[in-house]
Amino acid sequence: MIAALLRRDLATLLPGGRGGSGLLPLLFFLAVAMLYPFAVGPDAQLLARTGGGVIWIAALLAAILPLEKLVSGDLDAGIFDQLRLRGISEETAMAVRLLAHWLAFAPFLLLSTLPAAALLGLDGKTTQTVLLGLVAGTPGLAAVGLIVAALTASMRGGAALAGLMVIPLAVPILIFGAGALGRPDPGGLLLTGAISLGLCAVAPFGAGAALKAARET
Amino acid sequence: MQARLAAKDIACRRGERLLFRKLSIDCVAGDAVHVTGPNGVGKSSLIRILAGLLRPYAGDVQHYGGRGLVDERLALDANLPLSKALAFWERLDGNADMGRAGDLLQLAPLLDIPVRYLSTGQKKRAALARLINSNCPIWLLDEPLNGLDHHAQTVFEALIDQHCRAGGIAIAASHQPIALPAPQAIALADFAA
Repeated sequence: MIAALLRRDLATLLPGGRGGSGLLPLLFFLAVAMLYPFAVGPDAQLLARTGGGVIWIAALLAAILPLEKLVSGDLDAGIFDQLRLRGISEETAMAVRLLAHWLAFAPFLLLSTLPAAALLGLDGKTTQTVLLGLVAGTPGLAAVGLIVAALTASMRGGAALAGLMVIPLAVPILIFGAGALGRPDPGGLLLTGAISLGLCAVAPFGAGAALKAARET
Repeated sequence: MQARLAAKDIACRRGERLLFRKLSIDCVAGDAVHVTGPNGVGKSSLIRILAGLLRPYAGDVQHYGGRGLVDERLALDANLPLSKALAFWERLDGNADMGRAGDLLQLAPLLDIPVRYLSTGQKKRAALARLINSNCPIWLLDEPLNGLDHHAQTVFEALIDQHCRAGGIAIAASHQPIALPAPQAIALADFAA
């Protein structure tokens, strides 16, 4: 049952999949990394010092793009109603959706980080810290995104609102994830991972409750 | 175990309006119920309450046996060919054989067509086929005949008849006449608050 759900969610969300936003978030992510040197000038030292933070901001913004279609389409189509009738709770459906959302989004983002780091002229150690930070932080971004997407799924203009709501909720991840760039110890990375795990544990229940509430309106 | 669906003294409130109250239904195996009433009287809400998707404002619903629902929402992936869109539900229902339902509802020629290109009636036939293949004893039907042509209506009415004979329960909310085997009729307007 879980396998059937995951298969459908992945087929929908993966780049090249039928219902997701495809490669757009990744292109957006690379576009930010490419535009930044044009905007601040070709000062290699400045770019290397600030580039890690720029990648983090680009990743956060790219994480917002797929939210529009993450939940609302299935809610409108009545998929969650039919799942419920088959004894599959909203929480289960959302836990699977969280996993699929992360799988469809994070691995490609991590891959794109390599060309982005090259564009910004980051050295090997910084690139490594950014990658580890994104590994620790993207599950949390996916979890926040899922909760917000479920909350706004039944609203008109929910997609724009979702973007605004994700940003403050993602600030702790950004602070510790990007903050790890300036520190020699791995404390920031560990805290980012801890926040992510906490959010992932809460997300299926929060998003499930949002879907149930959407039904009553 | 025999299928059963019992609702006791349920009331439904949508927003600030109380739609109906003190409505009781008791269905045992083989029963068919036709819920009638003008638009906005709460037919769809009643079906969703019986399906457990909407909490009744008062009263409670008990059921023995799985419930299957067909309403205006298709729950099929619009971009997939019909066969693949149905296959997702077949995997969940553990029933990979479109078989009889597909034949009777004439779905075979449609299986390769993406769901978004299907007409209203064709989509409805697909949803009905999914209902039949889910093997649920309790059928909850919200306007099941909408969009169906005359032939498909007759076929589906015959399928309901078979379903009830085999010990199933069918509850249909419809503003148009629908031939049910020995139906109990519930005029929802009688229960309006």
